[in-house]
Amino acid sequence: MLRLEKRRQPSRIWAWATPLAAVLATILFGGLLFMALGKDPVVAIRTIFYDPLFGQHAFFYRPQLLVKAAPLILIAIGLSLGFRAGIWNIGAEGQYIVGALAGAGCALAFYPMEAWFIFPLMILSGALGGFLWAMIPALLKVRFGTNEILVSLMLVYVAEQLLASMSLGLLKNPEGFGFPGSRNLQQYESAHNAELIAGTGMHWGVAFAFIMVIFAYVLLNRHILGYHIRLTGEAPRAARFAGVVPARLVIFCLGMGGALAGLAGMFEVAGPAGQVSIDFNVGYGFTAIIVAFLGRLHPVGILLAGLLMALTYIGGEIAQSNLGLPAAAIQVFQGMLLFFLLAVDVFTNYRLRFGRGVAA
Amino acid sequence: MTGTDILLSIRGLTKAYPGVVANDDVSFDIGRGEVHALLGENGAGKSTLVKMIYGLVKPDSGEMVLNGAAFAPSEPQAARAAGVAMVFQHFSLFDALNVAENIALGMADPPAMRDLATRIRDVSEQYGLPLDPYRTVGDLSAGERQRVEIVRCLLQDPKLLIMDEPTSVLTPQEVEILFATLRKLSAEGTAILYISHKLEEIRALCDAATILRLGRKVAECTPRETTAREMAELMVGSELLVPERTGKAPGPVRLALKGLSVRSPSQFGTSLKEVSFEVRGGEVLGLAGVAGNGQDELLAALSGELTSARGMVVLEGKEIGQLGPMARRRMGLLTAPEERLGHAAAPDMSLTENALLTGAEREGLMANGFLRWGKARAFAKAIIERFDVRTPGTENAARSLSGGNLQKFVIGREVMQRPDVLVVNQPTWGVDAAAAAVIRQALLDLAEGGTAVIVISQDLDELMEVSDRFAALNEGRLSEVVPAQGLTVEQIGLMMGGAHGMEVAHV
Repeated sequence: MLRLEKRRQPSRIWAWATPLAAVLATILFGGLLFMALGKDPVVAIRTIFYDPLFGQHAFFYRPQLLVKAAPLILIAIGLSLGFRAGIWNIGAEGQYIVGALAGAGCALAFYPMEAWFIFPLMILSGALGGFLWAMIPALLKVRFGTNEILVSLMLVYVAEQLLASMSLGLLKNPEGFGFPGSRNLQQYESAHNAELIAGTGMHWGVAFAFIMVIFAYVLLNRHILGYHIRLTGEAPRAARFAGVVPARLVIFCLGMGGALAGLAGMFEVAGPAGQVSIDFNVGYGFTAIIVAFLGRLHPVGILLAGLLMALTYIGGEIAQSNLGLPAAAIQVFQGMLLFFLLAVDVFTNYRLRFGRGVAA
Repeated sequence: MTGTDILLSIRGLTKAYPGVVANDDVSFDIGRGEVHALLGENGAGKSTLVKMIYGLVKPDSGEMVLNGAAFAPSEPQAARAAGVAMVFQHFSLFDALNVAENIALGMADPPAMRDLATRIRDVSEQYGLPLDPYRTVGDLSAGERQRVEIVRCLLQDPKLLIMDEPTSVLTPQEVEILFATLRKLSAEGTAILYISHKLEEIRALCDAATILRLGRKVAECTPRETTAREMAELMVGSELLVPERTGKAPGPVRLALKGLSVRSPSQFGTSLKEVSFEVRGGEVLGLAGVAGNGQDELLAALSGELTSARGMVVLEGKEIGQLGPMARRRMGLLTAPEERLGHAAAPDMSLTENALLTGAEREGLMANGFLRWGKARAFAKAIIERFDVRTPGTENAARSLSGGNLQKFVIGREVMQRPDVLVVNQPTWGVDAAAAAVIRQALLDLAEGGTAVIVISQDLDELMEVSDRFAALNEGRLSEVVPAQGLTVEQIGLMMGGAHGMEVAHV
């Protein structure tokens, strides 16, 4: 018989090994899944993990990796701060949309003026938009004790309606022949979030994502505020005893999450997406939750997880078009990753024992 | 004792856990109607032994004979069926249900509520523990809750009743009522296995005693013919250190509470009502009280976790009622709550991180908000060395420490910060005698150096040992503060609320 025994100390080795074990298990079971669908599992796995990086068309896919990973990392870093403290912001998708609307709105207000300060101003408005959208669940929680999970999630749908309304109304391109959607910011030089180095996919959002990884690392490991965030997540009563004011922490964590999601939205709308449109959001805000947990809520882990997740997105698309795998199979494959991560996570705190156990 | 008088015979019970032998070849007999004490320090193996008798733990080897037949309960259900009942130290009652509902929940096949209520009334009257079956448990005092647990056992008509530290939640008057009940049960032939480390109680109540140390049986004795000191030394295995103190004139008033009233944040907590006292530098104020009479709330109101009106808490002449924990700590008011894991310390964080928990500012463990891990580690190391905390190192998680060692760390963390006022709640709860002596001595030394020390405790012996002045909390109110010297147990009991308004049926 197998049984689990609680470790006296969380295992450091397993804390690092679980993501790797989860990836390996996903590859194994994903391969079986693809085999059941009648595809060669080795080819399918190679198409997903290898081809985007080193395949024949890698020159096209590699920049995509950064473009897709940057918003995931940026949002996941913000979310992880809250998750560390037990504050559950599920509405990053909404904050992402509002940040994009605020950033694009700021740019379009200046159109067609060209000036150096427009882009920095857009960055500020994007962050502020996401921040304010996140303040709705934050203040409701602090003031009335509402559940931030429900409020932040429901606000995603409100944000989607706002997005539709904006693309059809206020922000609609007056020269767009009646089509929904705003002017294309890629054609507005002062507002365009262009590639910093051509052909790499490296834009300002990617730079910000890397900066935030370092910022979060320093915050969590070197600063008293980060210590208080971790303490609140581990032992809320002890945090109160230490002097943490829960309301301030809720506002900080939700605010940071919102601001970073807003930034991600702004960089996306000003760069890769180019315009505000009804179908602007593609689920980065939700996928970032998986990225945050896959990265064990650790900034460096999130960086790697974001890149891995982006890889499965790109590889998944190639597998769909080249091998004819259904989109649902790719989603199952991505779902497996989180599933196995959570399942293997048990070994960080428990060890497996063989033999007959006696209840203690 | 002849063969037929023996109810339960324990022969060579052994139980090992990874890294520790909890019981090693323990043998003794309990006679019919005998009140048998099981004595030992924390970690001596008392709990494991009774868990084996009650079917919660399976022994590795050894056997038990109950009533002449082999007895090896695989689960508590089987033990209960054989006539063994147990009252745990921590009650398993639902606050929101009434007494009868709580008792019905523990029964395999509960009778109709009205019949059950009648039986509860009958049994409780018969044994001198009156209990209203329809009262909500959340409104009962700790003593009354214990009655519920005892009555729950008595309804099974047990042959052997196991009681785990039953008096830790009772006032001296309530202890007397309990003892009368236990004596009556014993006279009727029910054997009682009584676990405690309170030696005077055991001398008053028990017929025989088995003493455990480090999992082994080290002695058997007749408590009435043995002194408390002898038994204590058998338990500890060495001579006991009694904390030393020198009389000194108290200094200026450091902390004053002026009519402190705060609502308890929890529904079944106890709100503080008009609590007033003063403590001077160099003195120890002992606050007694049965658990749940406002101790946690008082500590929270002093630490700053609960804030009050400005003038209700005055530290060195400054009104600080509205300030939070960090500001109070900065001003020299330090506290150590009762619950070690999860309140005084974060279980999964390292000792270094836990040293930061209260020491960050006073010990200069951060600069401009940035943590100085090197200094934090050195501070944790200093605590470990000075208070002899047994741990492989500063990077071990708090929960990997034993209760006593973690308590030494938590108290040490505050003591080393040289507070002007230190408030501790249950400083030696669940701590072995040697560690307890270290902690008490540290508190006395601190007072010697001019700190005002407030000790909140349910252990009266401890309070009498360290306090200069004494008061008791009863339902959120504080009694008059009186000099500790010359107080009798009766006086203390009355200050604690006597029998808490509990009735005594005359039997």
